[in-house]
Amino acid sequence: MKILVAVKRVIDYNVQVRVKEDNTGVVTENVKMSTNPPDDNAIEEAVKIKESGKAKEVVAITIGEEKAQETVRKALAVGADRGIHVRTDGVVEPLAVSKILKKIVEKENPDLVFMGKQAIDDDCNQTGQMLAALLNWPQATFASKITVKEKLLEVIREVDEGLETVEVNIPAVVTCDLRLNEPRYASLPNIMKAKKKPLEQINFSDLGVDIKSKIEQIKVEDPPKRKGGIKVSSVAELVQKLKNEAKVI
Amino acid sequence: MPREVMGYDVVIVGAGPAGLSTAIKLKQIDTNISVCILEKGSEVGAHILSGNVFETKALDELLPKWKEEGAPVKNKVSKERFLFLGKNNSLNWPTWLLPSVQKNHKNYIISLANLCRWLAEQAEKLGVEIFPGFPASEVLYKEDGSIKGVATLDMGLDKDGNKKEGYQEGMELHAKVTVFAEGCRGHLGKQLIKKYELDKGKNPQQYGIGFKEIWEVNETQHEEGLVMHTAGWPLDNKTYGGSFVYHAENKQIYIGYVIGLDYKNPYLSPFDEFQRFKTHKVIKKMLEGGKRIAFGARALIEGGIQSLPKMYMPGGLLIGCDAGTLNMPKIKGSHTAMKSGIIAAETIIENLKNKKDLSIYEEKFKTSWAYKELYAARNVKPSFSWGLLLGIIYTGLDQILFRGKLPFTLKHKHADHESLKPAKEMEKINYPKPDCKITFDKTSSVFLTGTNHVDNQPVHLKLKDSNLPINFTLKEYDEPAQRYCPVGVYEIQNEKFVINSQNCIHCKTCDIKEPSQNITWVVPEGGGGPKYGNM
Repeated sequence: MKILVAVKRVIDYNVQVRVKEDNTGVVTENVKMSTNPPDDNAIEEAVKIKESGKAKEVVAITIGEEKAQETVRKALAVGADRGIHVRTDGVVEPLAVSKILKKIVEKENPDLVFMGKQAIDDDCNQTGQMLAALLNWPQATFASKITVKEKLLEVIREVDEGLETVEVNIPAVVTCDLRLNEPRYASLPNIMKAKKKPLEQINFSDLGVDIKSKIEQIKVEDPPKRKGGIKVSSVAELVQKLKNEAKVI
Repeated sequence: MPREVMGYDVVIVGAGPAGLSTAIKLKQIDTNISVCILEKGSEVGAHILSGNVFETKALDELLPKWKEEGAPVKNKVSKERFLFLGKNNSLNWPTWLLPSVQKNHKNYIISLANLCRWLAEQAEKLGVEIFPGFPASEVLYKEDGSIKGVATLDMGLDKDGNKKEGYQEGMELHAKVTVFAEGCRGHLGKQLIKKYELDKGKNPQQYGIGFKEIWEVNETQHEEGLVMHTAGWPLDNKTYGGSFVYHAENKQIYIGYVIGLDYKNPYLSPFDEFQRFKTHKVIKKMLEGGKRIAFGARALIEGGIQSLPKMYMPGGLLIGCDAGTLNMPKIKGSHTAMKSGIIAAETIIENLKNKKDLSIYEEKFKTSWAYKELYAARNVKPSFSWGLLLGIIYTGLDQILFRGKLPFTLKHKHADHESLKPAKEMEKINYPKPDCKITFDKTSSVFLTGTNHVDNQPVHLKLKDSNLPINFTLKEYDEPAQRYCPVGVYEIQNEKFVINSQNCIHCKTCDIKEPSQNITWVVPEGGGGPKYGNM
């Protein structure tokens, strides 16, 4: 079995994101970038399945500018066997990402595609679903436990009501939740070995995929500032304020 | 089971200006030498914080084509001001009356973090292996007492030291020569100074705590290339310190404050002094309508050559501000740190090739321009122990008239942790509340540093005696850790001493200033700590 894992380079989750002065986006210069956290879980799970003998190869793929390679190198350092970097500039929307991934799937013929449930930069939570649709494969999203069985996967999903257990036939697309596992740390020797693992670079233009934006972004703004709360002295005052000031009852 | 081992010719601890310069110089002289750098920050630059007005002297020597090769050293100083601040007024000191060491017209306003990132790229091109996110936590010794190398920290332990899922054992890096370039108050450097008595016969080291914020301001308030320093308000005559205000590129202002950690009043809060400084009308005017986009703090060296320890030991070198090469009156340390790194590389080459002892470092350093300028600067900081006014008068005579050539050397008499007076003898200081526009509290400030440490790991701020903070330090000094820590790591809650180690920004002030030296800073798990951008 072969597992393809998609990883994305995003602003590090510890960094306070700042809106650009001209409201066209967020500042990414001089900002620490990292792998999208649930993508780390996706890689970890794929590597674990490989270590259990149920998969033969784990391939990590990323899409983006030159520096996006770092996320693939990190995946290679924790156990992926080889990497693919599809070079693009600027923002690539989920639909375009899924189209690119589809092309790669057709080329690589993996049995499973893993990725994070969503990316912490745009929080779209669409790529996995759209890829499954484009491939006409089954999908299991928000996976918090994956069990590989004969020709199918048993996946426990994190849903609003609690946990849902589903079975999907292989090949399938699985998007991973943070609860799926605890990603390991890369060791120094493995980081060094990762530098020597194969990393294929592909220009998106060579894939014949239209990645033009379908969405026009009008404006990016800071969320409105929260006003400080007040203390009320009685229920009557609370009701009065909810009625007359907040106008919610 | 023994830990895994990797061998190198040279292992360097710390990817700052000193360590990176050593690595680059080594590879320039001999590409076959294997060099590795360990860096505790999550990436190179993540733990670098500096003013910074940069003198290019050492960079010119190391990479003469830095301009053509795109070093982020671009914004030349175009204007300079020095102000004495009173509470409500300011006195503009004529720049021609400034000692030449404080003239900056040939220098550049830079982000040292970005310069380090660029230096790291140059080093990697030359074949240096850099490992960010891997703190060196332990010095390894050979049987003969010389240094064998360092070990990295185990990753994935819980707070009681048990292995978590994903646990990764640390490994040993062995080297012919190990270079320690951790910056001010490096935690391995501190151990080495003690073990090899490197500070024997030297004055106690002197430190300061430096703050820096980056602001994006209105165009009308921005004068790209302006370098301004102030002394005076809000500090009193007895407290050593001052501010810097540098107008960088992209409408940004780097604004900061440095306070000598030899201050006496345990009620003094360096963080709040810095915040208060920004309310001076000259400064406030510059910042009004702007936005604070970054905050950070870091201890720095102020001791100069009187306190500079021996920089060599069997199998190792101690360079940059891990030893203490900052030039205080110049308010610069990057160029001397880099020079100390270049000399380290030259020393190592002679050691490896010609079997010369590492002690040749001493002579090489003493005949360098870096030592000469530190020598000329030596009497400035100690003269300020007489107070701001006498310090300035003396500095004028010493630096302008005699150019540092007076035939005597003033001493630093006390270590910084000895300088606090008991709380009952000192006056409380009431700091104004933050307005959340120009001044801020510690909570919103620490947020901007991006600092974080993985949950449930061993606390990296160790107490020698866990009862001391409440039983002694609180009673005697009103536990100054509550105030000297720039991000509020230490709190007294219900008569308990609480350590919020997650918030630590690795400034090392607690390790320096705690009056009983009860707090020891050790490295946390790799990748922890601040995520500074263009600091």
